[in-house]
Amino acid sequence: MIFSMSKTVLSSLFSKPSTRLYPITQRVPFKNTRGKIEIDIAACTFCGLCSKKCPTSAITVTRADKKWEINRLQCLACDYCVLVCPKKCLTMENAYTTPAVATSKDSFKVARVPDNTADSKDS
Amino acid sequence: MSKRTIIPFGPQHPVLPEPIHLDLVVEDEKVIEAIPSIGFIHRGLEKLVEKKDFIDYVYVAERICGICSAIHGQTYCQAVEEVMNIAVPERALYLRTIWGELSRVHSHLLWLGLMADGFGFEALFMHCWRLRETVLDMIEETTGGRVIFGSCKVGGVRKDIDKPTLERIVAKLNGMEKEIKEVTDVFIVDRSVKHRTVGVGVLSKQDAYELGAVGPTMRASGINQDMRKLGYAAYKQLKFEPIVETAGDSYSRCVVRIKEIFQSIDLIRQAAVQLPEGPIDVKVTGTPSGEFFARTEQPRGEVIYYLKANGTRFLQRLRVRTPTFANIPALVKLLQGCELADVPILALTIDPCISCTER
Amino acid sequence: MIEEQNILSVQPEELVAKVTACKNDGFRLVQIGCAKIDETFEINYTFDKDYRFEDLKVTVPCANATLPSVSHVYWAAFLYENEIHDLFGIDVTNIALDYKGNFYRTTVTAPFATSGSEAKELKA
Repeated sequence: MIFSMSKTVLSSLFSKPSTRLYPITQRVPFKNTRGKIEIDIAACTFCGLCSKKCPTSAITVTRADKKWEINRLQCLACDYCVLVCPKKCLTMENAYTTPAVATSKDSFKVARVPDNTADSKDS
Repeated sequence: MSKRTIIPFGPQHPVLPEPIHLDLVVEDEKVIEAIPSIGFIHRGLEKLVEKKDFIDYVYVAERICGICSAIHGQTYCQAVEEVMNIAVPERALYLRTIWGELSRVHSHLLWLGLMADGFGFEALFMHCWRLRETVLDMIEETTGGRVIFGSCKVGGVRKDIDKPTLERIVAKLNGMEKEIKEVTDVFIVDRSVKHRTVGVGVLSKQDAYELGAVGPTMRASGINQDMRKLGYAAYKQLKFEPIVETAGDSYSRCVVRIKEIFQSIDLIRQAAVQLPEGPIDVKVTGTPSGEFFARTEQPRGEVIYYLKANGTRFLQRLRVRTPTFANIPALVKLLQGCELADVPILALTIDPCISCTER
Repeated sequence: MIEEQNILSVQPEELVAKVTACKNDGFRLVQIGCAKIDETFEINYTFDKDYRFEDLKVTVPCANATLPSVSHVYWAAFLYENEIHDLFGIDVTNIALDYKGNFYRTTVTAPFATSGSEAKELKA
């Protein structure tokens, strides 16, 4: 057979393209899609478990400065930190990180260091 | 006697975007010998196991390969579970099977596309990958990742598939079968395609056995062996027969993979019907001690995870023998005496996955 | 338990004879894998026949380790033996197709021959 492809070719000629005009129409991610890690910094206790468990050591936690940092290009969105976080302050967003040309760290810091721990829950 | 020349093939080559290097000793247009060398992207993941907790290592094991990731994770978990004597809930086993088969469908469609690209049939390549995209969407919807599933863990699975989603997936796969058939028929009946594959690179049954070939490469040469028949995960309860062809040429290897796509869809259908209710994981306590060889069937063939543990949280040794590695002797043999123009096709027919090999 | 796994310990001298016996019984060579356990290398020769699993285990001390080649029995073994030579630095004698250390392109010679001492430090 020579023209075994003709039916498929003809049908794709008269149907809508399977591809998207990317920047104009964007792909809608699924609810479950592992996009990027977000943190509710106010709830974080800086225990450092996420950074210890991270397969690529993308997360750095500095307890003294109350700082939580993530290297977006190193993170492989495995969702493990979300699973192990004892305070459940990490979440997996379904949107991907925006394309980047250089490595950068996203850093989150508790803005006001409270006088005592009781206050920190409100901050 | 004509002059011998050495032509380097790879590590950068248009037909194979992965870094394997072959030194082809060529006399006129005939290949006399092929000398492989690898190690360009070796990551030493086997060594990493000595520094990573065995529970955390699942995430590394899954990333050994970008195509058969689900089954890599599953095999690792299986090895640990065997050593630790963990009974995994039935539902988890079925879910692993469903994801494993989905990954087989997408891997074979990917390969068919690459094969079409290899012999210069661009339109066919695009159509194969268009179909693969639908499967990737199913995977993303259920696990969150397109090719890296992240759904397996020691003691079960991390995510569940609810009934309506599963029914929708099965319905979609049923609908896709016709479309896949339309596209794959081109590989089977088209004259110009058959010109490139029929009778090219014949691997006899004896050779396939002696060279330790695995997976579709072995089954295309007439050896009836499929590791799924061992009955791991839920395969014991599912009905299927290994797909065997006898000619042993590139065409047979192509046909085996095409038939396996339909077999996988059938297995998903069966598993979806039988999927039991219940928990999806068990709590894992203690540390592993002992050794085990876990064997499973990946899209590319049999994979071996050898695990040795001494009762600490760090494994002593993890060895991964990937299917592509086992198929390299077969490839070396196939390339001896072939035409230079057939080298890309022959290299493709063993479905090389170098990132697996460079674990 | 998924399957029964027989792991037999053999001496390096009797290895080739045992492997030849396996071949005569119609077994397929599944893999050859090396593991460094403390000061010894454990090399596993795995075979399969109709889903039956057999394993031969050879233990050699690390210092000046040598092994006889089985690639004249199973030709496919040359690849595994080259791998063991390149990654663990074991001298495998008389390989059917010896790439002489050029199979794996490594910057460090025998990268896997170092012990897992780093892992031990972490445990402490």
